[in-house]
Amino acid sequence: MKKIEVITRPYKLDEIKEKLTGLGIKGMTVSEVKGFGRQRGHTEVYRGAEYQVDFVPKVKMELVVEDGLAAEVIKAIQAAAQTGEVGDGKIFVSTIDEVIRIRTGETGNAAI
Amino acid sequence: MNAADTAFVLISAALVMLMTPGLALFYGGMVRTKNILGTLMHSNILLGTVSVLWAIVGYSLAFGGDIGGVIGNLDFMFLNGVGTAAKEGVDNIPHLAFMIFQCMFAVITPALITGAFAERIKFSGFLLFTTLWLIVVYCPMAHWVWGGGWMAKMGALDFAGGAVVHMSSGASALAAVLYLGRRHGYGKQSFIPHNLPLTILGAGILWFGWFGFNAGSALAANGLAASAFVTTHLAAAAAAFSWIIVEWWHRGKPTTLGMASGAVAGLVAITPAAGYVEPMPAILMGLIAGGLCYGGVLIKSVFKYDDSLDVVGIHGLGGTFGALATGLFATKAVNELGADGLFYGNPEQLWIQFVSVVATWVFCFVMTLILFKIVDVMVGIRVSQDDEIKGLDVSQHSEVGYQL
Repeated sequence: MKKIEVITRPYKLDEIKEKLTGLGIKGMTVSEVKGFGRQRGHTEVYRGAEYQVDFVPKVKMELVVEDGLAAEVIKAIQAAAQTGEVGDGKIFVSTIDEVIRIRTGETGNAAI
Repeated sequence: MNAADTAFVLISAALVMLMTPGLALFYGGMVRTKNILGTLMHSNILLGTVSVLWAIVGYSLAFGGDIGGVIGNLDFMFLNGVGTAAKEGVDNIPHLAFMIFQCMFAVITPALITGAFAERIKFSGFLLFTTLWLIVVYCPMAHWVWGGGWMAKMGALDFAGGAVVHMSSGASALAAVLYLGRRHGYGKQSFIPHNLPLTILGAGILWFGWFGFNAGSALAANGLAASAFVTTHLAAAAAAFSWIIVEWWHRGKPTTLGMASGAVAGLVAITPAAGYVEPMPAILMGLIAGGLCYGGVLIKSVFKYDDSLDVVGIHGLGGTFGALATGLFATKAVNELGADGLFYGNPEQLWIQFVSVVATWVFCFVMTLILFKIVDVMVGIRVSQDDEIKGLDVSQHSEVGYQL
């Protein structure tokens, strides 16, 4: 099983989610996060004083999929999230040892 | 005794009361999340403490019989003799109506100062300071200008509190921040407003309440009240507009905080003049006040004093400009009890206004410095660095504003 973490532009969230549910993905976790990469921050001005704001708002999606589905999911996410501009974000992929569904005790692919 | 006047003054008193919670929101939105409750408390608790103090002794010191042009006597202590009958000299409304209208001014004036020392003052020290300040700064100022004291005798014009309310709070704010020092992290961290919608709402409530403040200062439901109402509105409108134009030119974007700040700057500037000037000069005063106070808030970054929410730049500078502009634009055509200003053939009025400005700044600045020293020695005036980093909400009040 693979865990796929995506950090990307907040307004791309719905498009990515639709693509993934189309592929049969049944769940994911989303959080609002802040950070910076090559995009860096922006400037805010309050009563004439400028402030450099380094951390820009992003969304982070986390989902776990069967090994066989991972490549297809990553491709779909990249296609949906890409604008070609700095700030599109990143996808992190890692291996998951075990998944347990708390309600039933099922494990492995059946628990995803 | 006049029923319409009484109704108008009581409603105006209620409008001015609403300005204090409005001010709390105006300031509250500009601090960081961890200080929202402390900041709301600084304004709102004064409704509690100052009102009681006012009834016990403050009103008498401000409006009791004149002692040497400096202070009122203690005849009205505990509101003794302040009842449903009219006050001497204000024969159209009950004495109680006049007293409670003035009470609301006494409440909001120290609340204005709280923007300067926001995010770092100790609550016990704050309570002691505002109590002492009311007695030794506000009551004399109110007496000098409105209670028959020396500024009134000199002929200084201050319709609704340019000197008594705005310059006094601005000058005291400057003394307070110089004594207290800068917030921890000043220059390294960004002190960004945490909730500007609160600030915009607060500015709207202030603007609304200011009709009671200025028009109500006519103390009658008459033409003068209507005139003050109109000049107040036009000055606020013009200043909201001119502030965003200036910042658009200076920083490239018009901001909502600028719109709200400009409106307040215009309201401050028109306060001493509201019942003495015509509508077109009021617009001009507003246009100038918006640009001037924008410059005023930039001064602090040059001199590196930490006037957190710009009390000096807006109330100090705006009040000073308003007092001097009253000496330019005042005309007896609006208010026969007033005087003509420079542009109406009476240059001496500008000099009188200038003297009142200097006296107000020096008196309030020096007294506040002394009071801060006294309070600091007695109970401490600034929170510890630990408490400051934790925030006033948790360290001073054991609660937090937002449970997320």
